Amino acid sequence: MSVAATIRIQEADFDVAQEIAALSKGRTDVGAVVSFSGICRGSEQGEPIAALILEHYPGMAEAEITRHADEALSRWPLQGLTIIHRFGRIAPGENIVLVVTASAHRQAAFEAAEFLMDYLKTNAPFWKREESARGTNWIEARDHDDAAAARWTKS
Amino acid sequence: MKLKYFAWVRERVGKAEETVEPPAEVRTVGDLIGWLTARDDAYAYAFEKPTVIRAAIDHAHVKQDAAIIGAREIAFFPPMTGG
Repeated sequence: MSVAATIRIQEADFDVAQEIAALSKGRTDVGAVVSFSGICRGSEQGEPIAALILEHYPGMAEAEITRHADEALSRWPLQGLTIIHRFGRIAPGENIVLVVTASAHRQAAFEAAEFLMDYLKTNAPFWKREESARGTNWIEARDHDDAAAARWTKS
Repeated sequence: MKLKYFAWVRERVGKAEETVEPPAEVRTVGDLIGWLTARDDAYAYAFEKPTVIRAAIDHAHVKQDAAIIGAREIAFFPPMTGG
């Protein structure tokens, strides 16, 4: 049985509860659904921000996320997978990203969701800029995000 | 080939994309960075720390020693901060 991932790169917000329900509704083979929502904070390093502005690379963003979704589907026995990543201006409290994994058991769902988020952080072509009273500044990549992604590399 | 720039690389270069025809001796992504850097100050500023710059050929990540022969679209950008 092959599972197709749902992947959306969009400017509009999304409904987390609806996306979770879509993976388990009417099914009796799914025993575990894990969801991760990334939400825009109202401050960066202690300073209040007005919004995050996300730039992305259209075409490559879809290609890169699809590659990682396919890898997750090959490494874990998933019965459903949804990945949504927003771009554009995102205000504090709004959704940025969503990963939902469905499986028969929790371990695969937890691990696949964590793997996908670690890779999205470091490999998906998105760049965040913060907008605040001081102007706009590009957010710098963090070393611990690279370390988090590296631990999934098979030796 | 088409070149695309994103985030602060785009801001420093001063354009989002352009079409270039580098000479035959420009064989790798790293060679291309060097060739662009020599063109003018905007590129030199964008690529002042070449080890920080990430690149993709036709929508796939590549290292700077990757060959550019046959590439349709090459993109340059800073480390990604999505998720």
